[in-house]
Amino acid sequence: MDTLTRDRSPFTFQEVDPAPKPRISIRNLEFFYGETRALKGIDLDLPENQVTAFIGPSGCGKSTLLRVLNRMYDLYPHQRATGEVLLDGENILAKGTDLNRLRAKVGMVFQKPTPFPMTIHENIAFGLRLNGTAKSEIDDRVQAALKGAALWEEVKDKLNASGQSLSGGQQQRLCIARTIAVEPEVILLDEPASALDPISTAKIEETIHQLKERFTIAIVTHNMQQASRVSDRTAFMYLGELIETGETAQIFTRPREERTSDYITGRFG
Amino acid sequence: MTATTDYESGGRAAHPAARSDRVFGTLTLAAAVIVLLTLLGVFVSLVMGAWPAFHEFGAKFLVTEKWNPVTEKFGALAPLYGTVITSVIAMLIAVPVGLGIAIFLTETCPRPLRRPLGIAIELLAGIPSIIYGIWGLFVFAPFMQKVVQPALIATLGKLPLIGDLFAGPPYGIGILTAGLILAMMVLPFIASLARDIFLTVPDMLRESAYGLGMTRWEVNRHIVIPHVRTALVGGVMLALGRALGETMAVTFVIGNAHRITTSILQPGTTISAAIANEFTEATTPLYTASLVALGLVLFILTFIVLAAAQWMLRRMKAKAGV
Repeated sequence: MDTLTRDRSPFTFQEVDPAPKPRISIRNLEFFYGETRALKGIDLDLPENQVTAFIGPSGCGKSTLLRVLNRMYDLYPHQRATGEVLLDGENILAKGTDLNRLRAKVGMVFQKPTPFPMTIHENIAFGLRLNGTAKSEIDDRVQAALKGAALWEEVKDKLNASGQSLSGGQQQRLCIARTIAVEPEVILLDEPASALDPISTAKIEETIHQLKERFTIAIVTHNMQQASRVSDRTAFMYLGELIETGETAQIFTRPREERTSDYITGRFG
Repeated sequence: MTATTDYESGGRAAHPAARSDRVFGTLTLAAAVIVLLTLLGVFVSLVMGAWPAFHEFGAKFLVTEKWNPVTEKFGALAPLYGTVITSVIAMLIAVPVGLGIAIFLTETCPRPLRRPLGIAIELLAGIPSIIYGIWGLFVFAPFMQKVVQPALIATLGKLPLIGDLFAGPPYGIGILTAGLILAMMVLPFIASLARDIFLTVPDMLRESAYGLGMTRWEVNRHIVIPHVRTALVGGVMLALGRALGETMAVTFVIGNAHRITTSILQPGTTISAAIANEFTEATTPLYTASLVALGLVLFILTFIVLAAAQWMLRRMKAKAGV
């Protein structure tokens, strides 16, 4: 068994699992917090209209990887990335990248819901206005975004209530609505359900399922069942390295690497 | 066996514990009551002390500009006006600048500069007001007289409508100078308060705003400041309270003239400056009572400011639907 998994010649990764057309291509990515190297030579493609899950024990670098994709790390000094991350053929790590445009193209939803201090309607309309959406379109777009995030039915009668008055699960779906309203190409989800109860989690997962028809999605999760439920592809990371990546069904049933199988069977992490 | 005994003795010990809790509760209650009693005591003694003045002048005390110790005709309008105007000038300058400093410190300042700048601001807040006063009189007022005021008179003073605000000869001392000194005094207070308030904004909220593609300006203007507006208004009102009551520095540079002029370059007075200046000269009961009445007016003015702050906060909350 061991020899089989290590024998790479007849079944190399590319042949067994030809990845569909990538939306984002990560090439030889290294990431540093000051002197500490948190990501080591990552090569990974995020295929279009698929959900890619990043799994791995705490501190393995999965959230760090996510935060490279919209250059959120740029807000903090002493954090830097080298290598290439190609989005639409452009290296977003390049110096002259317009970060505001990049972040409009690559939306992000965080661990905890972060509704803005405004009404439900404004939470979504705000980003639209920044984008230069015509005034006449805004109400329709707000409604479409709320429907897309499966929140419309619950809030349609109180759009002028504060976003912060909603329940945790509703707030998180409001954040998803806010993100999809501006029509990004890629959506990054950083443990979006970790602070939520099972019912809210199920709703979020259902939403993710529908969203992949329109967006390319990357999700970081600690919850293995969640990864297997929502993702098409899974990338297993450990200590800053990308150990294994492939179709989710394959990773969870026939992992090639021992460390992957140890992790998903709960032997560590 | 031992365990049972321990348990039982623990049960019996509950009585003295409950008593000590009651004593503790009463003590803290007493501490809180002292505050209320002090407040009430101050108010009552102010009213009693001011009574002769109100008995003599009635409500006209509040709307009379004249303040004549020789003929014993006293009115609070000039110091009241000076107090409000100098504080307004101070807040107009100190609030935007203070917020700017706080945003710079929390958002854009290079990390190595953060601590030294933060410490400098705290030090500025710690300078005794008498130092501001003496610096204001000997350094700042001459500078105002020779440079700033002539320039204001030559430019803004020529404009229609607002020209009257900057009319007259440059004295150096006066309402504007006092307002500027006040601004300098409350600025570090506002800046360090606002910095502490901005630091309470969760990183994730900031990041999610940046994550939508907002610029720094948009994030701060639309997300950070609204998120902490309650605390900010509270902080600004505290600063206003300080500006209204500030005595020493203002007394040095305001000119101490009991009159109301449209021009902010002219001398005026404030309530606290008038009291500090004239208490030793108040030889007649009516004069003393009038000064105490001024104190009562300041007391009530500060109370109104705080009440207005509460009202504004409640209205803003209702509007935001929080």
